[in-house]
Amino acid sequence: MATDFTLNGKPASFDGDPETPLLYVLRDHLGLTGTKYGCGIAQCGACTVHLDGKNRRSCVTPVSMVSGRQVTTIEGVAGKEAEAVHNAWVAIDVPQCGFCQSGQVMSAIGLLRIKKKPSDSDIDAAMAGNICRCATYVRIRQAIHDAAHALEA
Amino acid sequence: MNAITPTRRNFLQSASLVLGMTLPLGKAASAAPAQSGLPFAPNAFVRVSPDNLVTVIIKHVEFGQGPATGLATLVADEMDADWSQIRVEMSPANDPLYKNLAFGTMGTGGSTAIGNSWLQMRSAGASAKAMLVEAAAKRWGVPAASIKVSKGVVSSGRRKASFGELAADAAQLKPPEKPVLKTPDQFTLIGRDTPRVDSVAKTNGTAMFTMDIQRPGMVHSAIAHPPAFGGTVKSVIDSAALAVPGVLAVKTIPHGVVVYARDSYAARKGVAALDVTWDLSKAEKRTTEELYAQFAEAAETPGKPVEKTGDTAAALRGAAKKLEAVYQFPYLAHAPMEPLDAVLEMNGDRLDVWLGSQFQVGELTAIAATLGVPFEKATLHQQFAGGSFGRRVTPAMEFAVEAALAFKAWGKGPVKHVWTRENDIRGGRYRPLAVHVVRGGLDPSGKIVAWDQVVAAQSFMKGTPMEGPELKNKGIDDALTEGIAESYKFANHYVGQHIMEAGVPTLWWRSVGNTHTAYAVETFVDQLLEMAGKDPVAGRLELMEDPRTRAVLARAAEIAGWGSKPPAGRARGVAAWKSFGSYVAQVAEVSKGADGLPKVHKVWVAVDCGIAVNPNVIRAQMESGIGYGLGHALYSEVELGEGGIVKQENFDSYRSLRIAEMPAVEVAILASDANPTGVGEPGLPPIAPAVANAWRKLTGKAVRRLPFAVGGRA
Repeated sequence: MATDFTLNGKPASFDGDPETPLLYVLRDHLGLTGTKYGCGIAQCGACTVHLDGKNRRSCVTPVSMVSGRQVTTIEGVAGKEAEAVHNAWVAIDVPQCGFCQSGQVMSAIGLLRIKKKPSDSDIDAAMAGNICRCATYVRIRQAIHDAAHALEA
Repeated sequence: MNAITPTRRNFLQSASLVLGMTLPLGKAASAAPAQSGLPFAPNAFVRVSPDNLVTVIIKHVEFGQGPATGLATLVADEMDADWSQIRVEMSPANDPLYKNLAFGTMGTGGSTAIGNSWLQMRSAGASAKAMLVEAAAKRWGVPAASIKVSKGVVSSGRRKASFGELAADAAQLKPPEKPVLKTPDQFTLIGRDTPRVDSVAKTNGTAMFTMDIQRPGMVHSAIAHPPAFGGTVKSVIDSAALAVPGVLAVKTIPHGVVVYARDSYAARKGVAALDVTWDLSKAEKRTTEELYAQFAEAAETPGKPVEKTGDTAAALRGAAKKLEAVYQFPYLAHAPMEPLDAVLEMNGDRLDVWLGSQFQVGELTAIAATLGVPFEKATLHQQFAGGSFGRRVTPAMEFAVEAALAFKAWGKGPVKHVWTRENDIRGGRYRPLAVHVVRGGLDPSGKIVAWDQVVAAQSFMKGTPMEGPELKNKGIDDALTEGIAESYKFANHYVGQHIMEAGVPTLWWRSVGNTHTAYAVETFVDQLLEMAGKDPVAGRLELMEDPRTRAVLARAAEIAGWGSKPPAGRARGVAAWKSFGSYVAQVAEVSKGADGLPKVHKVWVAVDCGIAVNPNVIRAQMESGIGYGLGHALYSEVELGEGGIVKQENFDSYRSLRIAEMPAVEVAILASDANPTGVGEPGLPPIAPAVANAWRKLTGKAVRRLPFAVGGRA
């Protein structure tokens, strides 16, 4: 039986093993490769998407679980928080190798939607699940503060 | 390759100017037989199109350290292009045109990207600019000397033209024999924080990595490797794997058992369902503890000398105070965010390979040879790579060969071969495990009069095509002891090494031998200075001879406020190290974390890497080297357990630095007129010893075994 859900605002469907994690459905079947595989066990956060607007690790989310729900990926994320995060990220050149950054950006947007002015410890807590092997953490922190500041203005 | 060596006719047809490429074709190609390949063409790097875009061809892989931005900056500055008109394109696999001048083949490593390209890329830009100026001079009938170029606009008096408007005319001209390069005071982009060329694509998810490549009819493959190094496949029961929905086939290759499937999830599920009997009769079965013991035993004997001054044994016997230490450094995985992967496809007799290749020609050659395809029929589509830290190439190119064999065994179309994180962590090619035995002695005045240091570790170069003459003829591998003898000079000084044998495959890993040599030297000297009652900074300055190391140390101390009292509960430690031609000193401010491990609050960095091409990229690489070095020093170890089986397998057990553990970083870049040197690696070596020195001050504990999580809790 096919799993139907909303992907970046449009209807999407997957007709295969319902236990298949959303990550592989997005990447291998629906051609949305901005969401990355990094560990497969929800340890690195490279696969972060928004499920009904909230941060979710797609590598451990069976596609059956998103049936009838709203999935947003880096390709479709929009709104004022998304714009502020994108601008802040580019302004200070956060990415290095870039492979984890889709997940970092999605987590950061998710944070700013629930916390307008995150403190350093809010950032530590919200971003703890996103590993960056290039250790761009100093700039991730800065960019989140910058984005929050821009949203305030 | 043909795509980048167009004929003049092609140029005109495409109305696109490929400035650099007219040089070899105009002069050398007519003299050389077509088969001999192209001569080295220092300006095969620039393309100006009529729409006024300047495309810079990048010969180095971009896996985070910023060479795409750096190389484009060198060209754009000499051209006086506007940064907004610059685009980059990854070069094809072609050694004559695109070799790393430090290697003799295409490749990225040893922090050489900017250094080897410095004059080459600037010449390419200067040559392009001279041709555009000449084209404008002819069009306007004015002397070339009257023409100015600024931000992509060529002008003379009131006349103005863009590069795009002049491209077709310039394509008809001969490049200058010897393009005139700018003097540093004329630089407009070099030395500034030019924005990275890849930030937008890497922020909005559009950047393409090998893992993102999709081809019509492509299948996904995953592999089961032997559980211990040196193991092989004895027999496979694949019925359960084949029963997994989406699994298409199971094949055995020398590297392991490959499962092919419609998606990567089914491929991995198939691997998990395999029932493989392994032949481990020739596998390395020693545990990490056994290797440490055997390496330490070797390091108690002198080994092969790399430095021998005075009589160290006698000086130690006569010393007023002595210190002795045995250091243990574990195997470390590189764990780049994007695990190793490749996409292969045949179209008739042509081979296409998608790869974020660290050694483009070497890997493409290995793949083509494995498949029996002539190199000329093989095309590399170079991708961004999601990190490497040294992992993306080995002297034997074995991942490229594995991917080629997996593709060949399938035989029915394109294959995307991707390692899981477990393949990566357990897959070997680690930073070598190393043991140092160090002895030092002070005279009654506190002067260090004896230094004896012996290193036991594996050599990953030995017996490979990359083995240098010193290793081949004398059995000395500089990677084991690099930087030790050069860091400080003592009247009685001995440095020796033992190349150890073990079945665990090892490799260069961000900053290579400096990952452990800097730690041993900089913590040991710190402790000797303490025994002598000397300040860590002042004491080092007394010992150091190299003016550039002295300068970075003094600067780091200055910006850190060294000598002022740190906040309560914190201590500061310092270390300085030269690697890959760059000089870095760091001061780390540390307190005791709730987990009994160091909490690093801030690191002050001073770096001298010659002319700073892009200060923002340099700062980013200092941050990156610190984060990568600190994470491994605190938490990471690949440990061989019972039977030589690796105990770690993913980021749950191979712990990575996370955001809360990243210190603030303040960087001072020393002004210099020396040619630029690299920054991808040199930021790493000082961080672990700087933290360890602060930790000893704070807790009294001298950490001799890394990571801190194993050998340093207090």
